[in-house]
Amino acid sequence: MTTLVDIRNLTIAFPNRLQDNRVVHGIDLTIHEGETVALVGESGSGKSVTARTLIGLSGAVVGASRFEIAGDDVLGFRERDWRRLRGTKIGFVLQDALVSLDPLRRVSQQLADAFGHPGYFVRRDVREDSRALLRSVGIPDPERRLLQYPHQLSGGLRQRALIATAIARQPSLLIADEPTTALDATVQKQILDLLAERKQAGHTLLLISHDLAVVARLADRVLVMKHGQIVEEGPTKQILSKPAHPYTRQLLDAVPSAASRGFRLSPATDQAALPTEAVERRLPLPPKRIDAAQTVLSASGLMKRYGGGAAVVNNVSFDLAAGEALGIVGESGSGKTTVAKIVLGLVEPDSGTVLVDGQPWSHRSEAERQSRRASMQLIAQDALSSFDPRYTVEKIVGESLDTVGVFGSERRRRVIQVLDGVRLGASFLDRYPRELSGGQRQRVAIGRAFAPRPKLLIADEPVSALDVSVQAQVLDLLAELQAASGTALLFISHDLGVIHHLTDRVLVMKDGRVVETGAVETVFAAPKHSYTRALLDAVPALP
Amino acid sequence: MESRQTSALSPAPALVASRPFKLRRNGLPVQIASRIGSGLLVLWAAVTLSFVSVHLAPGDIVSLLIGEQLRTPEIEAAIRAEWGLDEPVLWQYLRYLTRILHGDFGRSYLLQTDVSQLVLSQIVPTLKLTAAALFVAILFAVTSAVLTAGRRIPRSIAGALELTLVSTPSFWLGILLLYLFSFTLKLFPVSGDRSFSALVLPALALGLPLGAVVGQVLRQGLERALEEPFALTVRSWGTSGLVLRLRHGLRHAALPAVTLTGWLVGSLLSGAVITESVFGRPGLGRVTVEAVLGHDMPVVLAVAILSAFTYVMLSTLVDILYLLLDPRLRDEGREAAR
Repeated sequence: MTTLVDIRNLTIAFPNRLQDNRVVHGIDLTIHEGETVALVGESGSGKSVTARTLIGLSGAVVGASRFEIAGDDVLGFRERDWRRLRGTKIGFVLQDALVSLDPLRRVSQQLADAFGHPGYFVRRDVREDSRALLRSVGIPDPERRLLQYPHQLSGGLRQRALIATAIARQPSLLIADEPTTALDATVQKQILDLLAERKQAGHTLLLISHDLAVVARLADRVLVMKHGQIVEEGPTKQILSKPAHPYTRQLLDAVPSAASRGFRLSPATDQAALPTEAVERRLPLPPKRIDAAQTVLSASGLMKRYGGGAAVVNNVSFDLAAGEALGIVGESGSGKTTVAKIVLGLVEPDSGTVLVDGQPWSHRSEAERQSRRASMQLIAQDALSSFDPRYTVEKIVGESLDTVGVFGSERRRRVIQVLDGVRLGASFLDRYPRELSGGQRQRVAIGRAFAPRPKLLIADEPVSALDVSVQAQVLDLLAELQAASGTALLFISHDLGVIHHLTDRVLVMKDGRVVETGAVETVFAAPKHSYTRALLDAVPALP
Repeated sequence: MESRQTSALSPAPALVASRPFKLRRNGLPVQIASRIGSGLLVLWAAVTLSFVSVHLAPGDIVSLLIGEQLRTPEIEAAIRAEWGLDEPVLWQYLRYLTRILHGDFGRSYLLQTDVSQLVLSQIVPTLKLTAAALFVAILFAVTSAVLTAGRRIPRSIAGALELTLVSTPSFWLGILLLYLFSFTLKLFPVSGDRSFSALVLPALALGLPLGAVVGQVLRQGLERALEEPFALTVRSWGTSGLVLRLRHGLRHAALPAVTLTGWLVGSLLSGAVITESVFGRPGLGRVTVEAVLGHDMPVVLAVAILSAFTYVMLSTLVDILYLLLDPRLRDEGREAAR
């Protein structure tokens, strides 16, 4: 068995005048031909920069006692040598092809670049090769696709095209850095299937992911990385069934699924104080208080179409009781976000009505809604862009208290109380959004939403931009606060695992229609509609 | 997922924001035609405004148009006939529109010549100068941006040079260039517009400060583009850094730079006045200054309409360039319909 990558004691640093800022501390990495290796860890663990080091594009100071790729010692490599290696020995795939392909160039031009024949006009033989290549990654009608721009392709086709550029010159090793992170479940499955096909054909693969469930099916061997070190390494089966390191255990527990219902996904914050065996077991979540008699939100027969197009929302009805969590699941374009906008009163339905607390809410003037707005709060996917970048955390959270008439020292006291509630504390009062990590931002967003004690909370993909481990903490927090406050939750997600873990009832949406609805356990245990089955089938699961 | 949008393009300022309407489900030709149509509309408004301003100005129209020329009954009669002042205002307006459409901008009573002829004879040297200056500017901006973007030390050197060029008045730069290359080195002629070599120094004096401004915007755009994930993808194919900059980065960086260049070229016309004086060149700038000073209204009106025409043309050109540069904008109408 040939060794493709052989690295001993790799260190990566971004030094400045004051510190050497080491991000990877002496790791070993060996990849044999035909093998699929997964590097798993949360953001900031150093996994992506390690991957980039393999193609000489980390932009960092790299040290190692041995660093060989396909038999070449790359430690003395200059840029010219690296360029010869890129694309031919190692191909590289990033997440989200919408931004990872040049948005201003046609697919054909980018493939020509990848083949090493850059230029505005694409040579005939290159075009021939491109067509064959697109077909090999499962893109139908390649002639048409070659002429299109990345934004004109669907998410799945786009990611396939990106993979095509990476394997154009048949590299011995393909590195995929979070190849499916921005994708819907069914599309993610297609891409993973494509990678599995390559693996079957004997190609070598290095997968980088924050999600153990995604790599579980493909990888032969898993390396778990944390803070620039490899904390555990072994065959996939062993890592999944008998994780030795508590951090690996934590990553496995963080994956939301049917099994995790009613339990915490993340270890308790005061982990050190707990006896060690408690860390091994899942801790239960506080019980919910659902008041079925009190309907907070009632939507019936919602219809919405834009311009002359097809209906984006087509006859959608549901009720939501106090303390209950209702999930809306569907893929991009299914109309779930439009439903959220209608409920929020940002979009008027063409027909159908929304009642909030039994009172009419849709088709009312904004002046009439104004006084009732505080009882309804939103948590958006991208917390950063939902904050004013010039506001401090105190102001961001305080703003939502203004609407319920809490000012001055009382406001400050309440903000601190809220920050304590989301486990951030008073030290965060003067921070600005850009100084916060993704998880901290989402905590602030959750704090802001709960601050005015709303009756209804609408969460639109609140965790889909987060790592599994951070997602676990945020979901736990959301569940705790919801149970404690008795707030009704409308939770929108494309992730069935999250929906299954968190919500009580679910609406499955496709093309603007509700194809299936019911209690989460019933719908997911015995799906009636074929689309629900397809969605469930696509969820990457831990064995 | 739904909140994900193509936000790579920051909303461009005025020139592009002036798109007055958006047609849905259409191809590139229709979109271009709509841009041209809206340009014509603006032009019509400019001509109308010039007509209205003549009528609203204090004093009677005849003395306004005569300027500092002596008022004789013959001239007065000629003006009355030319503008149809004895007829209803609407008729006068239509007559004015028709005249302008035929390229007849009336007569300058001060200079005793046809305005159209005067402007035509002076516009060629100005256009030559503007085109040469634009060439210098683009060459300087692209070279400086491509060679220095993202490189710490070259970048600060280029930045300092650009700052100096921007803050140097172009007449001062002109005098410096004259002193160095004409008086001392005797490489280029001191004044006039007889040979190509006479164009070099004025073009440098006018183009370098412009290039410095555009260069800074271009470099910023290029640096932003090189930070984008796609830059990593392109490099992972084994593409060289220079090819990445030229073939991928520059096009992204061009989007904001094109808008700025459009505006600046418009302002070159006024900037040309000083440069033309320093280098003793004929040109529209000098004609304008003399007309304003001599209250030669017909010439001033013609120049005003001409400059409106220039801005409309540039703005339309920038809009069309945007569509050609960024395929995402072409699909905008279709996206909105979805």
